[in-house]
Amino acid sequence: MGKASRELLRRARTEVKEWSPAEVQHRLSDESVVLVDVREKHEWDEGYIPGAVHVPRGYLELNIEEAVPDKEATIVLYCAGGVRSVLAADTLKRMGYHDPISMAGGFGMWKALGYRFTQPRVLTQAQAKRYSRHLLVPEVGEAGQLKLLDAKVLLVGAGGLGSPAAYYLAAAGVGTLGIIDADIVDESNLQRQILHNLSRIGRYKVDSARETIEALNPDVKVVAINDRLAKENVAEIIADYDIIVDGTDNFPTRYLLNDASVLARKPVVHGSVFRFEGQLTVFSPYDGPCYRCLYPEPPPAALAPSCAEAGVLGILPGIVGMLQASEAIKLILGKGEPLVGRLLTFDALSAEFQELRLYRDPHCPACGEGADPVNLPTYEEVCALPA
Amino acid sequence: MSVVRIPPVLRAVVGGAKQVSAQGSTLAEVLDDLCARFPEVKEQVLTQEGGLNRFINVYVADQDVRFLKGLDTPVGPDDTVVLLPAMAGGQKQLQK
Repeated sequence: MGKASRELLRRARTEVKEWSPAEVQHRLSDESVVLVDVREKHEWDEGYIPGAVHVPRGYLELNIEEAVPDKEATIVLYCAGGVRSVLAADTLKRMGYHDPISMAGGFGMWKALGYRFTQPRVLTQAQAKRYSRHLLVPEVGEAGQLKLLDAKVLLVGAGGLGSPAAYYLAAAGVGTLGIIDADIVDESNLQRQILHNLSRIGRYKVDSARETIEALNPDVKVVAINDRLAKENVAEIIADYDIIVDGTDNFPTRYLLNDASVLARKPVVHGSVFRFEGQLTVFSPYDGPCYRCLYPEPPPAALAPSCAEAGVLGILPGIVGMLQASEAIKLILGKGEPLVGRLLTFDALSAEFQELRLYRDPHCPACGEGADPVNLPTYEEVCALPA
Repeated sequence: MSVVRIPPVLRAVVGGAKQVSAQGSTLAEVLDDLCARFPEVKEQVLTQEGGLNRFINVYVADQDVRFLKGLDTPVGPDDTVVLLPAMAGGQKQLQK
């Protein structure tokens, strides 16, 4: 430390009160004490005093008024050894803070005395780089990215909707993606099912999906479930996940999934597409309507749409599937206004979005008053034979 | 005359139109007019007893008629009636 630095520090010490770690520990039970850690991020990442606010000294003047608006509060600042915190306290005093205190000996002494500290969970360097554009968004940030990495999303179907949804959820760093599908990759899938490619034709879709996702992001654990959802397995399969993205194409699975998700109180991000039009909504049990609130039962076989293949613009499930991924990420982060109780429709030909309100049905057989979601009927495939 | 928006899965039975005009001051009258011109719509929307099928939802001015007056819901000349049948997902269509 040079002469001028020493002089600066000496002068600051005459202005600033210092407390020992023992004094700080003693006063922490007093809720009016605000603890501010002024170290750099890499130091904070190695451990901090529980309850401390992190305002690195380099940003102190810019950020302290947002972090601690009350200038009359009892502020205790600490750094690693008790030098930077004295200078920081001196700065705060000049900014009008009443009586900022510096912790003598800093975090090093605090630790040496055996006082409690927290080691934050942090992203690895590779993750910080990969998700840097998320970290710049206040609604995500490091805490949000860790939530995404901890999240478990089940995709029902690895087809037109499931492909883009899974691909973007994987890119976003959703840590566990369960994918259930029993189909194999066919050439006619490649117009829209972007997880698959020519070399995967004839292979199981879940295996193809896993390969594509693992090549994109090694942070993602793919649970490939080469099966169909059925009454016997649905509860067990969805139990492991926080959110379900529904990309199925048939009524029995829709109802099966709805009833099981109401019972397990898991949100379902629902999407469907037809030619140039798609729609999506979020069924969040007991917060908004469920599928049976809208349609208590499927159409009878005689009136059900036929099983003939209908065309779809390949891009359309891409758009709807990505909107589903966006809804899933909002639910994980707890940000924004999820599409609960709202049905969003998109018409690619007119490039129009429209929204309809959906309501809970008090008499719903799955989630209404006195409903019995355990004993609801299941359905066989109800599509009629083409005339 | 109000406008009835036809969902993609039902367009085949109304000649492919995305929306059609229909007359009437209540939902029942509007649907009667629609079904008179496109008889195949009827069994998709109405039960044999003349009530609304449970596998289709109908909106008047963006409100679900189940929470209004059902078939007696008034329909103004500038209102849009939306038919929203249960859609299974990606690959089905109603065949004519």
